[in-house]
Amino acid sequence: MQNVMGIIHLNLGQDVLKELTMGRPLAALPFGGRYRLIDFILSNMVNSGMQNVGILVQDKYRALMDHLRSGKEWDLARKRDGLFILPPSPNPCSTSGCRGSVENFYNNLDYIESSRQEYMLIAGSHIVCNLNYRKAFKFHKDMNADVTILYKEHDIEDELTRYTILDCQPDGRISDMGSQSPRSASRKVSMEMYLIEKRLLVELIKDSQARGGWDFTKDVLIKNVDKLKMFGYPYKGYAARIDSIKNYYRHNMDLLRPEKWEELFFKSGLVYTKVKDEGPVKYKENARVFNTMIANGCIIEGRVENSILFRGVKVHKGAYIKDSIIMQKCEIAENAIIENVICDKNVCITQGKWLKGEKNYPLVVAKGTVV
Amino acid sequence: MAWVENEWGIYVMRKKECVAMILAGGQGSRLGSLTRKIAKPAVPFGGKYRIIDFPLSNCHNSGIDTVGVLTQYRPLALHSYIGIGSPWDLDRRDGGVYVLPPYAQEGGAEWYKGTADAIYQNLNFIDMINPNYVLVLSGDHIYNMDYSVMLDHHKKQRAEATISVIEVPWHETSRFGIMNTDTSGRITEFIEKPRDAKSNLASMGIYIFNWRLLRKSLEEDRKNALSSHDFGKDIIPKLLMDGHRLFSYYFKGYWKDVGTVESFWEANMDLLTDEPELDLYNPNWRIYSVNPTRPPHYIGSTAKITRSLVSEGCSILGEVEHSVIFPGVHIEEGAVVKDSIVMPYVTIGRDAQIYRGIIGRKSLIEEGALIGAINHEGICVIEENIVIPSDAQILENHMISKQKQVG
Repeated sequence: MQNVMGIIHLNLGQDVLKELTMGRPLAALPFGGRYRLIDFILSNMVNSGMQNVGILVQDKYRALMDHLRSGKEWDLARKRDGLFILPPSPNPCSTSGCRGSVENFYNNLDYIESSRQEYMLIAGSHIVCNLNYRKAFKFHKDMNADVTILYKEHDIEDELTRYTILDCQPDGRISDMGSQSPRSASRKVSMEMYLIEKRLLVELIKDSQARGGWDFTKDVLIKNVDKLKMFGYPYKGYAARIDSIKNYYRHNMDLLRPEKWEELFFKSGLVYTKVKDEGPVKYKENARVFNTMIANGCIIEGRVENSILFRGVKVHKGAYIKDSIIMQKCEIAENAIIENVICDKNVCITQGKWLKGEKNYPLVVAKGTVV
Repeated sequence: MAWVENEWGIYVMRKKECVAMILAGGQGSRLGSLTRKIAKPAVPFGGKYRIIDFPLSNCHNSGIDTVGVLTQYRPLALHSYIGIGSPWDLDRRDGGVYVLPPYAQEGGAEWYKGTADAIYQNLNFIDMINPNYVLVLSGDHIYNMDYSVMLDHHKKQRAEATISVIEVPWHETSRFGIMNTDTSGRITEFIEKPRDAKSNLASMGIYIFNWRLLRKSLEEDRKNALSSHDFGKDIIPKLLMDGHRLFSYYFKGYWKDVGTVESFWEANMDLLTDEPELDLYNPNWRIYSVNPTRPPHYIGSTAKITRSLVSEGCSILGEVEHSVIFPGVHIEEGAVVKDSIVMPYVTIGRDAQIYRGIIGRKSLIEEGALIGAINHEGICVIEENIVIPSDAQILENHMISKQKQVG
């Protein structure tokens, strides 16, 4: 897939995770004990053999830049191609801000046009999966498609209304797409991953920008369903869509099932991330740990159950953590009890405190808070 | 690194103040099957490291950015591990890491015949760098040490050579090179493995030399047919005899030469106390290593785990007590691992039991196998890539390697 260039766009409307995405783009949201969301799509692209990846950033992207740096961790610090950050506007004095994903593409068209690759893979960073794109790309070429959209059959009924649904003919040709309509029983949810020829993309973006259509899905894809040969390609593996705190919590917890852990982290390639050089996890005399995922650098003296601990978390004697997500460098002091809680980075829960959220409404403690 | 004003008033890098030479060629034959396929500095240690990570990280943390690593015995694993030195931030434009294996010259090829000879054969490398000082290190010691403090001490004492020393128990003095010093710390006498020691300050095999003096004495030593070309046995006594200013640098802290299977096992177990002397978690003194790219480890509902180190990519469903578990290890339900060291990518089957074992990389311990016994004294070593079949029992102080596989 060396002939495919990757574009990762950071979705607009990313404040859906409230406190967790206040100071960072969704792509930089910590996930799975030692990763950030963007690691998954980036590793998928690299593991599929792609060597040129551009990232369309919107705002608040410092956290992301700090995470990605030269791209070395993903083997993307290269002389030819490699990792490129594409800022929202080439004009630093622009006051208008970015009106949508189309404009974001448009502002970076010169970079896209000058790339060596003939094809593009466009994806967001909010879907966590371990996916190799080689088969989808072959399908795209075999079908002689204009656009191939990866989709997944969704199983939770009440969430369908929020997503873009595809209606496909038996050969995969998309006959209709849009939000769920009473006319169709399709559960094929677009994963917002698109394969497209570069020439065609450039044309479509220029056209849409000229007509004032700023939304890629609506103004470029849905509008052209009849004109373009669009195909749906099914993905059947593990995929976690992070679009609410509830889903964020649920999908993290899912990783405590060994088969999911195995599938996400090993199935079609390893997942790369920034290295922190933390020591191995230290379990002390009084540690009691069950059904938990723990990243390096943690020091455990207390009791931890059904939880996810990121790098460098300290759990002191008598502390009890249950059904919680504890991000990097948090400290849970002696005899503190927390349940159904998401602690953002550098949170300190002091001695003897008792914090409890609900399973379907976990309590979020903002970055750096001392409770 | 020293900066100096040039003729146009611009600060430019003049030259390296100090270059480190890490002796990493030793076989470590007393480690038995642990070093059958890899050099001792490449032996895994402490749940995620290899022994050489300690001197390399010390160099980085001490601000030394030019390091020569002298290899000889089974260097492949070591060479591929060190690479261009990026994990230790030693991939630098000026300096960085240089791997220096023996090489053929006009007169034919020669092995490194001793620690001093290894440095002698790389005089051209040090000439190229042309430092003021040369720091000679051993690639197989476990410790955290700030060499820049030692170098300051060396300069303050106007020493020509400084030897780092550590206090050892009096009854063990006969195993070390012992220094006798005057009140200022100047070395008056150096005795290798003395019967009746006058001091308990032992050489740690860490030396700082003024480069000119070192160069001269290595050349002299080379010509001496009776010399064994060793720093401790030949170079240091000769310098003392010639009346040079040799000082001791007193080091306080954890230091271990993991020469034998027992001391290797002990050094790993030393990390398992609640407050170990060797700190692996100091954010200002990180121990760097090559990252295995594995997810956080998973501890199952059936697991029980205390007093242990566990690294990334493991899945643990059995019982682990007082053990060191490297990345990618799977321990299945009902298995018991106690007082043991389990190297990367080992699988331990259901209900298998391991007591005081060292299990080599990628070995497979099948269901119900027993290694060691609850009260046994020795240490069982299983080499890498070995399959211990289901229900096998290895009770004694065994080394299991490819040639004498059980089953």
